[in-house]
Amino acid sequence: MSYLPTASAFKPSRLFRAAMLASCVAFAGLSAAPVDAQEIRAVMHSGIRVLDPVITTAHITRNHGYMIYDTLLGMDENLKPQPQMASWEVSDDGLTYTFTLRDGLKWHDGAPVTAKDVVASLKRWGQKDGGAQMMFKSVDSLEATDDKTAVLKLKEPFNYVLELMAKPSGLPTFIMPERVANTPAGETITDYTGSGPFKFVEAEYEPGVKAVYEKNEDYVPRDEPPSWTSGGKVVNVDKVTWVTMPDVQTAVNAVNGGEIDYLEQVPFDLLPILQSNPELTVEVVSPLGYQTMGRLNWLNPPFDNVKIRQAAMLALGQQPILAALVGNPEYMDECGSMYGCGTPFATDAGDEMIMDGPQPEKAKALLDEAGYDGTPILLMQPTDVAALTAQPVVAAQQLREAGFTVDMQPMDWQTLVTRRASQAPVSEGGWNMFFTNWIIPEVWSPINNPMLNGGGKEAAWFGWPDDPKLDELRTEFAQATDEAEQKRIAAEIQKHAYEVVNYIPVGEYKIPSAISTKLTDMVKMPVPVFWNVKKAE
Amino acid sequence: MLAYIIRRILASIPVMIVVALFVFLLLRLTPGDPAAIIAGDMATPAQLEQIRQNLGLNEPLVTQFITWSGQLLSGDFGRSLISKTPVLTLIHQRLEPTLSLAIVTMLFTLLLSIPMGVVAAWRHGTLTDSAIMAISVLGFSIPVFVTGYILIQIFAIDMRVFPIQGFRSIFDGFWPFFERIVLPALTLATIYIALIARMTRAAMLDVLGEDYIRTARAKGLSERIVLFRHALRNAAVPILTVVGTGFALMISGVVVTESVFNLPGLGRLTVDAILARDYPVIQALILLTSGIYVVINLLIDISYAFMDPRIRY
Repeated sequence: MSYLPTASAFKPSRLFRAAMLASCVAFAGLSAAPVDAQEIRAVMHSGIRVLDPVITTAHITRNHGYMIYDTLLGMDENLKPQPQMASWEVSDDGLTYTFTLRDGLKWHDGAPVTAKDVVASLKRWGQKDGGAQMMFKSVDSLEATDDKTAVLKLKEPFNYVLELMAKPSGLPTFIMPERVANTPAGETITDYTGSGPFKFVEAEYEPGVKAVYEKNEDYVPRDEPPSWTSGGKVVNVDKVTWVTMPDVQTAVNAVNGGEIDYLEQVPFDLLPILQSNPELTVEVVSPLGYQTMGRLNWLNPPFDNVKIRQAAMLALGQQPILAALVGNPEYMDECGSMYGCGTPFATDAGDEMIMDGPQPEKAKALLDEAGYDGTPILLMQPTDVAALTAQPVVAAQQLREAGFTVDMQPMDWQTLVTRRASQAPVSEGGWNMFFTNWIIPEVWSPINNPMLNGGGKEAAWFGWPDDPKLDELRTEFAQATDEAEQKRIAAEIQKHAYEVVNYIPVGEYKIPSAISTKLTDMVKMPVPVFWNVKKAE
Repeated sequence: MLAYIIRRILASIPVMIVVALFVFLLLRLTPGDPAAIIAGDMATPAQLEQIRQNLGLNEPLVTQFITWSGQLLSGDFGRSLISKTPVLTLIHQRLEPTLSLAIVTMLFTLLLSIPMGVVAAWRHGTLTDSAIMAISVLGFSIPVFVTGYILIQIFAIDMRVFPIQGFRSIFDGFWPFFERIVLPALTLATIYIALIARMTRAAMLDVLGEDYIRTARAKGLSERIVLFRHALRNAAVPILTVVGTGFALMISGVVVTESVFNLPGLGRLTVDAILARDYPVIQALILLTSGIYVVINLLIDISYAFMDPRIRY
């Protein structure tokens, strides 16, 4: 018996041939659906899952806020507050702010925007935003006096009201309808009616997959040219779709192949692929980048001792950390200003401990002086966030070289953010140190900067510095009436924060975006926005 | 047979209850806090506490379990803690890409692997056999993301025959659907082709030595009929088992393939939910996966009876 093949053994059956023929006909008869020329398809830095830009400070939700909501005030490229939904007047004594809504403001359901909506939105914002919480301690009343006028009365001077209301990041003053803004501050909103330049298409929203925004035809933009979040928000496209792509290589392939018009963040190691494509512009859109920083826990030994905190700062150096994180000198800068470099309050006051680092010998001497007993530093390392993986690894090495015992524990980001909320001792689930990143507008003043809060276990940010002097200086800053005085106090705050080691800035970096050459006139600012931009046919 | 099916379905109920309890407890004992994901980086401990309170995460575990079980019994899987979208809506949105990928992958797999296995067994010990087995080992050994990127580079970037990424529903037209599913399905199929081709070859080798095959050939039947009607049908039982469990595995989500080709399937939903500690979504997905395994195993068992008349229930 032969086992050699015969011609008949694999002759295609009639059924198979019919199926192949049918497939060919089907393929020939159907073609891909036409792509809408006025749709921008963008891959943002993350998928959007939380749709309430007041309950969270997540950047993607803030970006969503700029799509569908308008802000009470805007901030221009000179970092000055400007009218957006409202203009304002300040009384001579500086205690009364009168906001007047401009004409033509409408909610997406057609109802007019009123001052009551503004009051309710500001009150909700005041419960969540750190700077606003500080401001509201000085507020006597906030009321709508008619449909277009809201009046804020202060009981004591607070000269940072307009800057807080105009800030582009953290929690901007997104104005929501009163019925939505009355949602308790700890509860997520479920009504996405805004008055902004785009409408959220709820029916097409798939969390973790895509979010779709269509042009708000009824939006009346201001007449001034756009400048950051101020000026006219003129929408020139019909639709913007944010596509979530969990794999960066896929996103890079997609923008390189023209399937995506905008990739918000290009990984540094994949830049050469996109830079060689003439149909793409690869550039840093935001003039201000990110600050990366380490935070120490003041509650647990050994960092409950200021000398040991200072030794940790002396042990660290910015350049090696930035080299591991970014690698490309074009996109990284050493910077000792806690307010970010190139900002109005930027200063080098007190920064020599970190800017001259690493200084392991000085750190060792300080550790000896403090009587460091070798207590391990529990350093948390997130393994699933590319922008945060390198800092702890380099820092651990630098700390060890200075004589610290370091227990670096890798974990996912979700575990880290849960653990960092624990005020318990290390042996019971607490921690000593972690790193995170901020965009510069989130740290650019003593009021905005979340770390510069000395409220201890009750009010301070994770790490919980109990530092009454810091809070006194912040209040002094808020009450200062002229800019030179504010700058002087900001420098004093930073000098003090370095002395007590409130936190350790370990440098700045910028992330380039990839933009199709079909897109023109994007507004260059720290927040990616889709007004003003045009798309060629 | 009907009594057997009813008995099997009833037997699966305690299994599902145990799965539900296990998943519930496992998730609550894993470190993580959905409130921290919702609140973002600037939240203070007091703000986190407020959100936790609103989500009901501060309730005792027993209360939380009773609430969730009560909802399940009334067919309500709850809402995502993070996006507030009903869990069933989320699963419904993700089911089509996953099912499409699983079905097309299985079609490619069956079309290629069974003939490969049959030929390898038929040409046992020859160069053809060795070549087919070498291809199988290669297919099984290369990680899917490598295969995926290679296929994307060749067919989507260099030749521009297919799109790089994305998914379109079959209801938008066959070609838009097919051109986006073909590369991920081929990628995933490489593993299953390797697995099923080897399984087919082994089962066929057992059968080809049987007396009834010699008898069939002695009767003068063509090789095609001997191989596919007499031998393959008798070798089908183990092959069916692998096909069935492979299919269940694909429906429960293949996150790497889904990520590489940006398919919004159940695998990605599962990973996203786990990373965000989105308890209701994870619980529903694991229950769904368990249910799929129960049903597919039942279908496999039933199909044995059709493939092998000696099997009776």
